Amino acid sequence: MSISAPRGLASSGQKPITEILHPLSAAEEPLSPGPDVTVSGGRDKEVGLTNGTPVETPSPASASVLFNRLQLDDDLDSDGRDPYADTETHDLFVTVDDPKKHVSTMETYITYRVSTKTTRIEFDLPDYSVRRRYQDFDWLRTKLEDSQPTHLIPPLPEKFVMKGVVDRFSEEFVETRMKALDKFLKRVADHPVLSFNPHLNAFLSAKDLNKRQGLALLSKVGESVKNVAGGYKLRVRPPEFCAMGEYLDTFNQKLGTIDRIAQRILKEQSEYLTELREYGTVYASWAGSEEELQRPLEGVAGCVTTCCGALEDMSENMGQDFLPVLREYILYIESMKNVLRKRDQSQAEYEGRLEAAVLRKQEDRTPIPAEVEKCQDKMECFNADLKADWERWQSNKRQDFKQLLTGMADKNVTHYEKCQAAWESLITLLQDKQTEDKTSCKSLWEIRQ
Amino acid sequence: MDDRAAMEICVAEAEKRSGKNAVSMQETFTVYLIETRPMDAVAEGHNPAPDCLWRRYSEFELLRNYLIVTYPYIVVPPLPEKRAEFVWHKLSADNMDPDFVERRRVGLENFLLRVASHPVLCNDKILCYFLTEEHGWKEAVYETGFQAKADSRLRALSATFRVRNPDKCFMEMKHYSDELQSHTSQLLRARARVADRLYGVFKVHGNYGRVFSEWSAIEKEMGDGLQSAGHHMDAYAASIDDILEEEEHYADQLKEYLFYAEALRAVCRKHELTQFELEMASQDLISKKQQREELATGIVRTFSFKGMTNKLFGQEAPEQREARLKLLEDLIAEGEETVKEKTIERHVEKAWVDIQRFKEQKDKDLREALINYAVMQISMCKKGIQVWSNAKECFLKM
Repeated sequence: MSISAPRGLASSGQKPITEILHPLSAAEEPLSPGPDVTVSGGRDKEVGLTNGTPVETPSPASASVLFNRLQLDDDLDSDGRDPYADTETHDLFVTVDDPKKHVSTMETYITYRVSTKTTRIEFDLPDYSVRRRYQDFDWLRTKLEDSQPTHLIPPLPEKFVMKGVVDRFSEEFVETRMKALDKFLKRVADHPVLSFNPHLNAFLSAKDLNKRQGLALLSKVGESVKNVAGGYKLRVRPPEFCAMGEYLDTFNQKLGTIDRIAQRILKEQSEYLTELREYGTVYASWAGSEEELQRPLEGVAGCVTTCCGALEDMSENMGQDFLPVLREYILYIESMKNVLRKRDQSQAEYEGRLEAAVLRKQEDRTPIPAEVEKCQDKMECFNADLKADWERWQSNKRQDFKQLLTGMADKNVTHYEKCQAAWESLITLLQDKQTEDKTSCKSLWEIRQ
Repeated sequence: MDDRAAMEICVAEAEKRSGKNAVSMQETFTVYLIETRPMDAVAEGHNPAPDCLWRRYSEFELLRNYLIVTYPYIVVPPLPEKRAEFVWHKLSADNMDPDFVERRRVGLENFLLRVASHPVLCNDKILCYFLTEEHGWKEAVYETGFQAKADSRLRALSATFRVRNPDKCFMEMKHYSDELQSHTSQLLRARARVADRLYGVFKVHGNYGRVFSEWSAIEKEMGDGLQSAGHHMDAYAASIDDILEEEEHYADQLKEYLFYAEALRAVCRKHELTQFELEMASQDLISKKQQREELATGIVRTFSFKGMTNKLFGQEAPEQREARLKLLEDLIAEGEETVKEKTIERHVEKAWVDIQRFKEQKDKDLREALINYAVMQISMCKKGIQVWSNAKECFLKM
């Protein structure tokens, strides 16, 4: 099996280190290219068409297995860095912040500052600070998708916003979008393969992104044409990828439900808040007609107002932090399903070609062309990349949701703590007054006496 | 009732009964068991069996109407509401609903305790019979003839009239009673709406319970944490029922003072009415005295038809004049009596004393109610913190 060449993929200028670190290339275990080469005649189509390895055997592309193997390999550790280590060495730090509005004759838009700190030699300088707008992020993502189609690319926040419904320049919208862009970039920078992509490098460092929009458009077209022209239909998706697909479908559904619940809660809380505010004002207005009870009633009004404030804060937080993350994951799932489909495509193509080649061989002893092997490599690469990224994604997902949900719990606890404090201080006030001498204020009542 | 024979009173139970009503239709109603025990026996550590009898709500109403008419200068404690008002949507508006019946039982007991501890009302015989004579009480009430007074009084209270010299203090008190009524009813309405909304917020969280459970089925390491967190979300959603049930007690306290405001207003209004009647009577007396003077001296100072006819047709005979004078003297004597009566009837001092007593009671009771409300809120916050902290623990284990 050939170990050379970039894995049949459209990326240009792949650095040697990336190749070497590819899971399949460094494995000691001989990866069976597929039973078709060894099995005579390949009559057993079913066996031949499925991914060779039975489910029980640990897949050679299992990330942790390979990573461990890689660490033993001296060649890789020549410069002491091992980007594949489980405890990832962080040598590329990126941040998105400082939104600014730009007004020009043609358009108004927001730019963000993208700051980079790195010790990687791929970068000329250790620090960078550039300004980018959403379009630029979109460009980067497209480039990553095109150049690394076997990998899961993190999602961007939604591109289109309905003008008139959402204010694109409001503080909340910009803040939310910026956080999502920051997350996107961090995820890319943390990815062992994506972070070495030269487009990322350009994005982070170039003064002026020479985006060559035209070319980008063309390559996109090319890609889709390729996919359609392939026209190979997949017969059976291997079980582990089936499991992935099913998981994604169910997870997507659950996330959708959670999103709806969260929105409903926000709506109910907003209506509750409206009534609560009104409730507080009634106490305040009652206080106006009372003497002894004036302070207690005003106290209650004050507590209610404090509770309103606490609730408002929590709702705002949920809207800004919770919902966007949910939505992000929904987008992530979409893009993952796409990658799964592409993987299916590459498997279908390989199997299709193989089938054709085997038939020809039977007819006129034409040997299996090298293309078929290339397809096989491509497919196996895809499978390995996907599995590795899947594990990564699962692990990140767990962390993200743990953080998200504990955050939600924290916000609720804080909200109740604020309310409790307000009511407790009121009780102190009320009980003090009870023991106070009440004859301090002359009132109409007493004059009458 | 002897002041010395102080009683311990409680409305112990409620029961459903069926019977035929005044128009011979079958009806279901609730009766309440009133138990009484002499206070000194209790204090001495004896535990005699209480005397008890059953009364229904309409009998309590009758008692109260009697008290209002008989003691117009007293702010008479109110009864719990006849029908459930200010309900938020989950709460039943059905009079037969067990929760409503229970709250009514408490309200009726409260009414009796307040009446029995009132310095003036506690001595009333009819009240005593109400507590001790199951049968024959109604007859005794009707025998007092209070209903005749009640009708005329109700008519008068709704009439419009203008008083020439309104008592400033009573006017301000009436104005205050309007304010109190307005504010408490506003508050009760607002509270019901808040309760409704809060219910919605809590219950939606129950959906998290379900979805976390479903989600946990497709997860490996995250499964357990999600599942347990889901249970806490269910508990959170369920907790609102008890919280709001407890808050109804606060609402009941507010309602009592909503109705008390009406009672206070009635006292002021009665005072106003009596003042008006006094002014009318005084006016009448003055004019009669003037007439007498004119008749006696022959000098006409004011315009009168009699004077006109005298001028036109000549003076009347001396015997007629004597007769008219005599009549006038009688009327004047009557009028003076009326004025005296009305002056007393205003019960200015007594009313003011009771209003003062009421004011102090109101301030104390409402302050306590507010404290209790704050305590309830704190308890709710603590429960919330507990549930969400538990949920957080589960999330951390994910």
